[in-house]
Amino acid sequence: MLARKLSTVLASLIALVLAAPIMVVAGVSVNAKKSLTFPPQGFSLSWYAEVFTDPGWRDALIASLVVATLSAALAVLIAFPLAWFLWRWRAPWARAFEVLGMTPFILPPVITALGFLSFWAAVGEYGAPWTVVVSHAVFFVTLPLVTLSLGFGAVDRSYVEAAATMGADDRTVLRTVVMPLVRPYVISGFAFAFVLSLNEYIVAYMVVGFTLETLPIKIFNALRYGYTPTMAAVTVLFVSLTALVFGLIAWFGDLPRLLGAWAKSD
Amino acid sequence: MIRRAPRTLAEHSPILFPALMLVVFFVIPFSLMIAVSVFRRVPGGFYEPDFVFSNYERFLTTFFGGVMSFSLGLAALVAAMSVGIAFPFTYRLVRLPRVNQIRWLVFLLSILSLSEVIIGFAWSTLLSRTAGITNLFVALGLMSEPMALSPSFGALLAGLVYQAFPYTVLVLYPSLARFDPNLVEAARTLGASPLKSFLTVVVPGQRNTIVATTIMVFVFALGSYLLPQLLGKPQHWTLSVLITDQAIYQANMPFAAAMAVFLVLVSLALVGLALLAGRKEEAA
Repeated sequence: MLARKLSTVLASLIALVLAAPIMVVAGVSVNAKKSLTFPPQGFSLSWYAEVFTDPGWRDALIASLVVATLSAALAVLIAFPLAWFLWRWRAPWARAFEVLGMTPFILPPVITALGFLSFWAAVGEYGAPWTVVVSHAVFFVTLPLVTLSLGFGAVDRSYVEAAATMGADDRTVLRTVVMPLVRPYVISGFAFAFVLSLNEYIVAYMVVGFTLETLPIKIFNALRYGYTPTMAAVTVLFVSLTALVFGLIAWFGDLPRLLGAWAKSD
Repeated sequence: MIRRAPRTLAEHSPILFPALMLVVFFVIPFSLMIAVSVFRRVPGGFYEPDFVFSNYERFLTTFFGGVMSFSLGLAALVAAMSVGIAFPFTYRLVRLPRVNQIRWLVFLLSILSLSEVIIGFAWSTLLSRTAGITNLFVALGLMSEPMALSPSFGALLAGLVYQAFPYTVLVLYPSLARFDPNLVEAARTLGASPLKSFLTVVVPGQRNTIVATTIMVFVFALGSYLLPQLLGKPQHWTLSVLITDQAIYQANMPFAAAMAVFLVLVSLALVGLALLAGRKEEAA
């Protein structure tokens, strides 16, 4: 009983420490005056309004959302055929591409960033805004690849068997049987890649740092000129958006399963 | 559906696009970076194809040696602290009711995917003089006046552990979720206290998981490039910061690439070790 109470206390303490920086930032973001004080003096939501009215912040927000949407979509387009191929055919050599897809996510991000920098500079596209979309898609392809591998792994092959027996070809099976079963995994793979792209700094900075300001780049650049409540407001918006996306994944999908918690007998 | 090796071009075609994308946009950039590391730098921020090892020779300087050992030491400290806190935490987490477990996972995932910029900003605000935690201590009468706690080594360490903790929990989560609770039950039935059964049954049973996770978190911490700039002093800069600095501000791509190649080798060797430790677990 004592042990249970103790671990509850410890868990609450961890929750508090994890939440503390965000809470202070949230407090700072509602300061009435342009100063970073906590507890906040006065109450004002004008800094939140500034994120949408100030052209600099608004452009950065839009740039981030566009980059994240496109690169997450491209990541899924790369991961889906690969995961499907590995599931459909017996081709051990193709595992090499799966490993390739996992590598950028495991290595320190600065390495991938530097690789992209050398590459885009060598092909003469350094700084072109679309290059960050391709870079993020390849950098985050791991996430849809993992969720889709889980998704295909969960498809009961006897359904496919049944469809094939009744005369469905590969394409029909994929469209009518497999696709509906793996759709939640496609969506969660997209969502994971989307959120991480939204928050990614180093690859974006090295690839398009001087031509396109995504929100993390904008925040970092702004930090050099001192801290303002607007940054705090942006941070709160970003944290909320991130939590919302994961909340949706948890609502529509099986989050513990996606994160690898399933019994061996499953 | 017969699962056999693909034969025709049509059967191979789905993998063409992913394979092409990964080769063109990952293998080639990666190889290019290795090539650049032996190129010769020319004044003005450019480099010429060459085959020199002078970029690697700079590793032998005491400055580089200092940065390197600081980076490795810091990553090791962060990994040890994160696993130390996260292991008992995750052990409890997997036993929570499903709804609570999902709430925690959403919370942890949200923190994990936060930009380093945001984590750095949030922590430097929390540790600042005007808005920081010390104001709370003053209000409680524990301190006489607020003070800035950042930048400092402690601030950097706190930020890094904060960033690594959710990652550690999520790496530990699958194997702890699959850990057979009956083993603990048996120990408890035989009279072991909860703490004793945790220390003598769970921890030894998960030894390889702990080793593998520690290595993964070590590599993760090695990759941090912004927190040392935002929460630490210049002497707390890590290898990742130095690489960014050389590539962008000093315009010395060959040296940055050489350091990156070194970092890749260290990371790959460690990840290989982690996989090996993880495999032993599977076999056991």
